[in-house]
Formats: sequence, structure tokens, C-alpha cells
Amino acid sequence: MADATATQVSTRRNPTRRSRWWGEVGWKYPVAALIIFYAAFPLVYVLSASLSSSGSLSSTSSLFSDMSLSNYAALSDTSYWTWVGNTLIVGVASAVGAVFMGACAAYAFSRYRFKGRRGGLTTLLIVQMFPQTVAFVSVFLLLTALGNVVPALGINSKIALICVYLGGALGANTFLMYGFFNTIPKDIDESAKVDGATHAQIFWKLIMPLVTPILAVVGLLAFISAFGDFILAKIVLVSEDQWTLAVGMYQWVSNQLSANWGLFAAGSVIASIPVLIIFLSLQKYIVGGLTAGSVKG
Amino acid sequence: MANNDAVTVKEPQAPQESHARRWRGLGWGFIAKLLMMALVNALGLAIIFSAVNAEAWAILAASAALLIAANIIYFSKRTLPLKYLFPGLIFLAIFQLFTLAYTGYVAFTNYGTGHAGSQQQAVEATLIQNERRADDSPTYPLAIVRDGDTLGFAVTDDDGFVLVGTEEAELSAVDGAVIDDRQVPTEVPGWTVVTRAELFADANLQNEVIDLRVAVSDDAEDGSLRTRDGSTAAIYQSSMDWDDEAQTFTDKETGTVYYADQEVGNFVAEDGSRLPTGWYVTVGFDNFVRAVTDQNLAGPLLKVTAWTFAFAILTVLTSFGLGLLFALIYNDPRIRGRKWMRTVFILPYAFPAFMSALLWRGMLNREFGIINDWFFFGADINWLGDPWLAKFAILWVNLWLSYPYWFLVCTGALQALPSETMEASKIDGAGRWRQFRSITLPLLLVSTAPLAISSFAFNFNNFTIIYMLTEGGPPFAGTSGLGSTDILISAIYNISGVSGGSADYGLASALSIIVFIFVGIISAIAFRQTRKLEEI
Repeated sequence: MADATATQVSTRRNPTRRSRWWGEVGWKYPVAALIIFYAAFPLVYVLSASLSSSGSLSSTSSLFSDMSLSNYAALSDTSYWTWVGNTLIVGVASAVGAVFMGACAAYAFSRYRFKGRRGGLTTLLIVQMFPQTVAFVSVFLLLTALGNVVPALGINSKIALICVYLGGALGANTFLMYGFFNTIPKDIDESAKVDGATHAQIFWKLIMPLVTPILAVVGLLAFISAFGDFILAKIVLVSEDQWTLAVGMYQWVSNQLSANWGLFAAGSVIASIPVLIIFLSLQKYIVGGLTAGSVKG
Repeated sequence: MANNDAVTVKEPQAPQESHARRWRGLGWGFIAKLLMMALVNALGLAIIFSAVNAEAWAILAASAALLIAANIIYFSKRTLPLKYLFPGLIFLAIFQLFTLAYTGYVAFTNYGTGHAGSQQQAVEATLIQNERRADDSPTYPLAIVRDGDTLGFAVTDDDGFVLVGTEEAELSAVDGAVIDDRQVPTEVPGWTVVTRAELFADANLQNEVIDLRVAVSDDAEDGSLRTRDGSTAAIYQSSMDWDDEAQTFTDKETGTVYYADQEVGNFVAEDGSRLPTGWYVTVGFDNFVRAVTDQNLAGPLLKVTAWTFAFAILTVLTSFGLGLLFALIYNDPRIRGRKWMRTVFILPYAFPAFMSALLWRGMLNREFGIINDWFFFGADINWLGDPWLAKFAILWVNLWLSYPYWFLVCTGALQALPSETMEASKIDGAGRWRQFRSITLPLLLVSTAPLAISSFAFNFNNFTIIYMLTEGGPPFAGTSGLGSTDILISAIYNISGVSGGSADYGLASALSIIVFIFVGIISAIAFRQTRKLEEI
């Protein structure tokens, strides 16, 4: 419609057409430049600060004034790589667990008709409204009590933190997956059943390959939320060698006097690049998942 | 589980074939299940045994029940849906449902510093805290011993026997120890004797030795061995006398009697003075009442609540507005390079949120931050230290973080709008503004309103951005420990004391309950919007 008016106008005098173009489309380019500046300047700054040779804020205000990899090299003198490892362990384990448990639950809700099914779904829906993070005091008390019995499930254990994240997995993901499972026609399982396949064969060999997209989305969302979680990780992981990136990097810069912004900048460039790549390449799926369920942290 | 071959068996068969004939042996699936269950049972039993050792009866009962349930579910044929639900349900039950319920319980107790255990534990702690060296008590020759990181005392008693004990284990006799002419143990089997030279060289070790308390027996009233000089130990006994019948403590020196008061969970004397260590008791609605009446707390908490709502509402409005504006502008096929423009627009959203918050904390730094340096000509603006500027900074940073989400959502929603409706309105002579207000926005809100509500609920508890950016500061005047950018969840975090300092789990849980009520109301509104419940 707009194009049609544009061609009509094109028969007229040139200056009018140009000003019309300028009023309709052209002004959007300089505005876009402004938005791009707004969106990207902090990220450009962090890249520049990471390449600076000093660790203080004061010497980093002119962009790319010196190029050195000293901050990146200095990371290996800190616990940074341990934190990266911890974050990966916690993130991957809770993503795999969330996918597995969510898929199993969604399969049961989608394929079987049993007593309490409706009630179960409603309960899940209600439970997921109450975020675990608000109950962090009792998470802390629970882990303290469990730790006296099983140290691996106590405070300062990554396994305990993974378990806490998995506790929130069913509520957050089942609905997302349930909807997707329902789109797979039941005739498929019926015919497999007639051919003698067991329920486990149907689940693993038939359904799981068909729902891979939603598994990827749920896994990614679970990983991102474990990666970004701060409050539970800070409460559960006490000693420096157990910290995740969020806790560790917070500790780096939280103290005004000993803050090391050079290390922080280098660390966040390294940690954010894989996240940026994954996010930007899969944004369609992630946003689809987000709009259907949770909001990214 | 049958083998895959079973799928191919399709020849016509006699209809009455017996089940036994279909038996094709144990499949791999069954063996895998057996191995898994063996592992689960082994783990479960290990937990049960250590629960017995730790005398944690609640954990014992829960793990036994779960283990029995697991075995029934996975070895019975009638529990098919549960086989798939059980793993998720366990985690949901323990780490979400239980914690929610437990929050509800703790909210009605005075659990926290000074009320951290049962009355029995409070009695023992009080006995230990009041240990004094008896004036005429004998001293014993002492050697410090260690086993890895565990320090212990080895003493020689009056009969020449060597006894060893640690912080955890009370004194017990050891065979085969060697003592020197001053009766000091020099060799203790199973332990390394710490020499005096080592002790003098290590200040940390000295402090540990001075702090070490080795119980004489498992009864706290028998007292303990302690040392001041590292070479002799003396028996310390409590100056308090516990009367189990009367449930009273008597101070042996002053004669003051402290009664166990079950109302407040403290040992209280006639004159109202109380012993520092108490136990936790249920206190009804006290925590809730305190939150609104306590002079130090009520004012700050009210401000915090108001800011929590303001923060969540303003964040959603500003980021929704900006995202929608950008989406309207750039949802235009005539613009070239839209694809990569869009990619740059959403960069802040792809960058991990906690890092963005920390990064902005650095950029907003008063003296060295680039915000002052680049945009305000090096002016000295205290972004994070002034109550109103800090609030503004938080909203600004959160806008930067979350407008891309709304940009993506609104772009998607705009592209899904029916083009006939737009066309029709245009033919009917609607101007651009009229079209936006009467057609685009209402249609857009249908699909985005539920998201706005869940975004509101999320930001209502957005601990990360507040804590990473300002830690709730700048602090209010007074002793509440709260600050002008604290939202409810960060206030709860400060009050709870889980990160150190004085703890008040009861009050913190009571505030959590209040947050749950708010969140519940918000979600109920969201449900009415989406009518999700009707889809089930």
C-alpha cells in the first residue's frame, strides 16, 4: 500500500519525492544509528576495557587506547576457569535433568488418562506461579538439614544446587512441553502399540525424536536460567572453588576498593561470546519458548 | 521390555495363544531398569543409614517413603503414568512444595539467631557457654595431637592412662601410648603429636588450640577439658545447673533461677532477664505484626513495598513502550538491512543479565565511570549513591536489558496482525494515529498482555539486577539495614541473614509469604487473561 503511493508520487517533481521518502523511511536510518549506539556502546566498552592493560576503571574511558591481552592472561591466575567449569556442570546438569523430567511428565500427561491428571496439571500450573527464589530461606534451611545427613546434598555442594534447580523444572517446563506433545498425533503411538512396541519404546524411539525442537528450547532455557541465577547460587555455594560465574564475578567487582574491572571485562567477554552466539542463532526458538512460558533472567 | 524383533512379528496366529508363549526373555530395557533400580535402592539405603546415624528422623521417614514408592512404581504394572511422573515429582515435592510449605511454617516461628534449635540443644549450648574453670580443679599433662585436619587433646589421667578426645568425640582411653617423665604423652597410636615448637610457630594453630573444647563425657553437665598454655589441661564446668524436672537453670554463683518460657522460647528469670540462647517456638502472627508495627522496620518496609511495585510497573511500561515503538518503526519492509539492525537491537538481551548489571555498575561509577565521563563532561554525579538517582539508574539499566524482549515480541505480534483489518481501516479513512490506537494497539494487547503480566511478576522478584547494581543501597537512616532501592526480595535477603550476620528466618519467611500473596494475585489476574486453565 505504501509502495503504491510511492510510485504514484514518483511521477511528480523530484524534491517532493525525496522529502516524502525522507519523511516515510529515510529518518529511520539515523534513528537506527542512535538505537544501535544505545544498545551496543556498553558492549563495545566492555570489549575495550578487556583489552586495556590496566585493571582500573579510570584508565579505560578512551576506547581501544591500548591493546593488550594481559587481562585475559591474568584470568588463569584467578579461579575464573574453575567457575566456568562449575557453571557448565551446574548448567548442563540442570538442563539435561529439566529436559528429561519435563519430557517424561509431559508424555504422561499428554498420552495417558489417569485419575488425578487434571488435578495434577492444575496443581503444576498453580505451583509454578510461586518462584522458588522467594522461598530461599527455607531452601537454605532444608539444605542445612540435608547436609548433616548427606554432605553432597548440603550447603556448598553443586549437586545440591542442581537439585534445587531441578525442583523448579517440572513446574516451569511441563506446560511448554505438554502443548508440543499434544501436537504429535496419537495415531503414531497407537499403531506402534498394535505392532507390539512397549510404552518405553514408544517414548524413547518414537516420541522423543519427534519433539526434539521443544527439548532443545527447554534445555536452553534451563541452561540460561541456571547460568544467570544469582540468589540461590550465592546462598548454596559458599567456598570460592564451588562458585559459579555469577557469584564469582559479583565478588570481583562488588568491593569498591579491590574491584578489578579489567579481569571482569575479560571474563565477561569470554563468558558472553558463546551465550551471544547461541542466543542470536537460536533467537527464534528461544523467543517462542519465552513467550509461551517463562521470562529470561 | 521386548526386543525390537517383536515389532516385526505379524504372522497370523491362533487367537488364543497363551501369554507364556510370547515370552522372549529379558530385554535390554528390563536389565537397564534393574540396574537403575539397584542403584537407586543402594543410594536410598545409604541415605537412610546416614539419617539413622545423624538421628534425622524426618529425613529418614521421607527417604524411606520415597524409596518404597519408587520400588512399587517401577516394579508394578499398574502404575504406568507414575513411572513417567515420579522423577520430576520427587524434585518438585522436596525442593519446591516442601520449601513453600516450610516457608509457611517458619513464618509463624521465631527461628533465627538465638532461636536456632530445639530446647534440648539450647540447654546444651547454655551449659557449654557458661563453662568456667572450677577454682580447685586439677590440671592434667597435655599433648596436642592431630589427625589430618582434626585437632585433639591427649591427656594423662591420675592413674597414668592416656585419654584422647576431639571437638566431636568425647574423651576415651587409648592403648599403647607412651608418656615421658613429666607424664606428658609423647606417642599416641593413630595420632601425630604436635610438638611445642610447631605450636609456637603457628599463631592460627594456637588460636585453634585455645578454642578447642573436648567434652569429658556425652553429658554436657560433666564439663570439658580446655587449655590455656598448650601443656596442661583443666576441667571446665558450667556455672549453670540444669534441672530437667523443673525445667530451670540455676546460676551457681548468683543463685538466679531461669525458667523455660515456652511462649518466647527463652530461659527467663523473675526479673525479666533472659539467657542469650533460646530455642524456636511458634509465635503466631508476631512476625507479620512486627513487619507493620516495629518502629525501625515498618517505615522502611512500606517504602520498599512501594518501590517494588513502582519498579516492576515502570520497568514493564518503559520497556514495553520502547520495544513497541522500535517494533512499529522497524517493521517496515522498505528499510534495508533490517535483519542485522534487528540483531544489534537485541544484543543487550542476549548478553547475560547479571554481567550487564555489573557492567553498568562500573559504568555508573561516580569517579571513574564512563557515563559521567562521556555524557556529562566528567561531572561528579553520584548515580548509585543518591536515593532518587539510584532508582532512576536501576530503571534505566533494566530498560536497556529488557526492551529487546518487547521489541522481539511486538515485532512478532505486529507481523501476525491480519492485514485485511488494516486495509479496511485505511479505506474507511483512518489516519495513522487512529489506526494505531483503535486497531493495532488493541489487537497487540490481546497477545502481549499475558506476557506483560508475567514480566511484571518476574521483575517483582528481580533480585539479580537490584543486588548487582546497588545492593539495595543507599541505606535508609536507622537500623533496618534496608536501602532505598531494595525491593521486597532483596529486603528479605538482608533480613534473613543467610549470607552472614544476625539471622531472622521467621520474619524473612513472613515477608516471603507476603510476596507470595502479591505474586498469587498477579498470577490470578494473568490466568483470567489467558484462560489457561480452560485449555487443560
